[in-house]
Amino acid sequence: MTYLDHAATTSLRPEAAAAMMAALEHTGNPSSLHKAGRQSRRTVEMAREQIAVALKARPSEVLFTSGGTESDNQAIKGLHWERQAADPNRRLIISSEAEHHAVLDPIEWLVGSGQAEVYWLKLNRDGVVDLNDLATVLAERAREVSLISVMWANNETGVIQPISEIVKLAQPHKIPVHSDAVQAASCLEIDFAATGLAALSISGHKIGAPVGVGALLLQRAYKPVPVMHGGGQERNIRSGTIPAGLIAAFGAALQSTIADRDERNAENKKLRDVLVNQVQALIPGTVVTAANAERMPSVAHFTFEGCEGHTLLMLLDAAGVYCSSGSACTAGVHRPSHVLGAMGYSEAEALGALRVSFGRGSTTADVENLLAALPDAVEKARATAALSRVHRQA
Amino acid sequence: MRVLAALSGGVDSAVAAARVVAAGHDVTGVHLALSANPQTFRDGARGCCSLEDSRDARRAADVLGIPFYVWDMAEEFRLGVMEDFIAEYEAGRTPNPCLRCNEKVKFSALLDRAIALGFDAVATGHYAKIVNGSNGAELHRAVDPQKDQSYVLGVLEQWQLEKAMFPVGDTHKPDIRLEAEKLDLLVAKKPDSHDICFIPDGDTAGFLTSKIGTRAGDVIEITTGEVVGRHSGTHTFTIGQRRGLNLGRPAADGQPRYVVKIDAAENRVYVGPVDYLSVNVINGIRPTWPNGEIASGTEVGLQWRAHGTEVPARLEITDSGVRVQVAESIRGVAAGQQAVFYIGSKVVGSMIIESSELVTQ
Repeated sequence: MTYLDHAATTSLRPEAAAAMMAALEHTGNPSSLHKAGRQSRRTVEMAREQIAVALKARPSEVLFTSGGTESDNQAIKGLHWERQAADPNRRLIISSEAEHHAVLDPIEWLVGSGQAEVYWLKLNRDGVVDLNDLATVLAERAREVSLISVMWANNETGVIQPISEIVKLAQPHKIPVHSDAVQAASCLEIDFAATGLAALSISGHKIGAPVGVGALLLQRAYKPVPVMHGGGQERNIRSGTIPAGLIAAFGAALQSTIADRDERNAENKKLRDVLVNQVQALIPGTVVTAANAERMPSVAHFTFEGCEGHTLLMLLDAAGVYCSSGSACTAGVHRPSHVLGAMGYSEAEALGALRVSFGRGSTTADVENLLAALPDAVEKARATAALSRVHRQA
Repeated sequence: MRVLAALSGGVDSAVAAARVVAAGHDVTGVHLALSANPQTFRDGARGCCSLEDSRDARRAADVLGIPFYVWDMAEEFRLGVMEDFIAEYEAGRTPNPCLRCNEKVKFSALLDRAIALGFDAVATGHYAKIVNGSNGAELHRAVDPQKDQSYVLGVLEQWQLEKAMFPVGDTHKPDIRLEAEKLDLLVAKKPDSHDICFIPDGDTAGFLTSKIGTRAGDVIEITTGEVVGRHSGTHTFTIGQRRGLNLGRPAADGQPRYVVKIDAAENRVYVGPVDYLSVNVINGIRPTWPNGEIASGTEVGLQWRAHGTEVPARLEITDSGVRVQVAESIRGVAAGQQAVFYIGSKVVGSMIIESSELVTQ
C-alpha cells in the first residue's frame, strides 16, 4: 500500500494513542468538582498548555472543538454576530473563493440568509491572495467589515497565504482576522501571538490525533456568539462535555509534530521535488499547480491536460496507490475543484487534478510506486475523458 | 476476466456481481449517479439514483469484498434518456426510457469506459441470458417469464452483447432473493423498482407538463370528427389510454373511449372505440440485427411493449426499414416503442415503431 493522501488524514501517532488510552482508562468528567473530575481536567489542561506552547498562544486562548469545520463555523459566524451586535453596519466579510468549504459555506449561509455581504479577494493564477485588492477594499469599506478570513495554507494546492501581511493591513482598522490553519499545522511554524490573528482553526487528525477533536485559537478580547448552546464549557463559547481522551491525544500529537517537523519537512520536500521532476519528464501535458507560489513541502499538485481526475484516482487505487483529486465530493460524484476554479482554471482543466500529499513515514518507495503506475493511469484517464466528451455531446 | 459490475443498489445486480466474483473473475463495482440532484431518500416507488441506492450499492460491494466507485453519468443520462423521453412525447410518440438507458448509457457510455479502462465485460442484474452461438453472442429471454427483460435489451448490437454478462437470467427471482440472503447481502428484501426512475412520484403527465408546458387542444371523436373535449397537451396521452380523458359525456354507442391517434403537429388527440386500436401491420425504422440481418419472409415472434405478450409475425425488409405483418390484429401499438423480434427465446432483431395500420387481407 502506498499512502500519499496525508492531507486528507494522516496516521495516528503512537504518542497520541498512548496519551488517549491512558486518559480513557480514567473515569471523570473534567467539569466535575471531585477528585476524579479534577484528574480528567488536569489531562485537558496539560494538553491545552502543550498546544499553547506549540503554537505560541496563551492556554486561555485555546478552545477545544470537534475539529476544523466546527472551529471555522464558530469563528466566522460567532465573530460576525459579535461584531454585528456591536455595530450593525459591519455586514461585510472578506475572504477568498479558494477557502475550504468549512469557511466558504458558513459565509455563504450568512449571505444567503441576509445576515452578511461578502467580498471575495482576487487571487493570482497561483492562488495567492492579492494584497493590493485587500488594501483597496479596506480603504473604501473598512468601517463595514466584520471580519477577514483567509486560510494559512490551501488544502488542495498547498499554497501558503501571506497571513502576516493580511493582518498588518487589517490592524489599523481593528478588524479581526481568522485563518484556517488545518493544513498548515502539520508542517509550518505557527506563532499565533506574532501574527496578530484574532482566531485560528486547527484539527487533530491532520497531525496524528484521531478524528473528532480540534481547536479554535481565539484572542481573549473576543466573545463570539456561540454556535451551540449548552453547559458553558470552553469560555462559554463551546458547550459540551470536554473529551479528555481526544484532547490528550491532540496535545501529544501536536507536540511530537513540532518536534519532528523540520526533519520531516526536509524529507518530504526531497520526495516531493523528485516526484514533480519525474512526473514532468514522464508525462507530457503535465501542469504543476502554483509552481511560482510558496507552497507546503508536503503537497504536490498537478493537472494533466485532457484527463479525468476521478478515473485517475480509481486506476491508482487499483494499483494500490492512494491519492486525491483534492476536490469536493458530493454523493461520491466528483465535481471540478472550486479552488482551481477560483484560480482561473477552466472546468476541463480543473477536472484533471491530482493531489499527492506526503507525511510522517513517506518514503522513496512511495514515490517509485506512484511513478510506476501514473503514466499508464493518465493515458487511460485521458481516453475516458475523450469518451465522456463524445457521450456528452447532444 | 476483468469484469465491471454495475450495482444499482438493488438485489439483482448485487447477486449478479456476487456470481461473477464466485466464478473467479476480477470484479470492480460501480454505481451510476444518473441524477444531477440525487434525493436523499425516496418514499414508495424508488429509482436507481437516490443516495440510499448509492449506499446500498456500496454495502453490497463491501460484502463481496470488491472495490467500489460512483461514476457520474448524469449528463449522459439527461441527454440520451431524459431529453429523448421529453422530445418523443412532444412529437406524439411513446418512448421506453429503460430501453434507451440500456442503449445509450449502460451499454454505450458505461461499456465504452469499461473497455477503455481495460475491462473485458460489464455485468448487470438484468433478467436475460447471453448464449454463445455460431453467429456470436446471442440474447435470450430469461428463464423467469415474470422478470424477463430481454425486451428492454433488445436494441443491443453484437459488439455490446459480446461484452455483456447477465448472471441472474438463468434463475427465478425468488431464488435470487434467497441467494442474496445466504450471501448476507443487505438488499435481499429490498422491494423491486417499478416506475421511471427520474419520475419517482409516478406522475408522468405532470413531469412532461413541467418540462413541455400546457398546450391546450381539441379531443376529437374519430368516428364522427366531432370535438368532444379539450386536452392540455398531446404529450399527456399514450395510445390505448382510457383513463383521464375527461370527455364529459358518454359516446353515442355507449362504449368506452380510448386514445386511438395522437397528432402532435395539429395538437389533436383522437378518441374512439376499442376496435380503432387494432392493427395488423407495423412499420419500423432503425432496425438492429445482433446476429445478422433476418431475411424477408422470416416468421418471428413479435413483442411490441414491455411486459407484453408475443404474437406470430412475418418480417419484410423494405427500403425505409422493416414492415411487420401479424396474422391476427393486435392492440396498443404506439409509435416510438420498440418492436423486438424473437425466434424461440432468442432475440433476432428490433426496430423503433414508426407507424401502424389495419390492412384488409
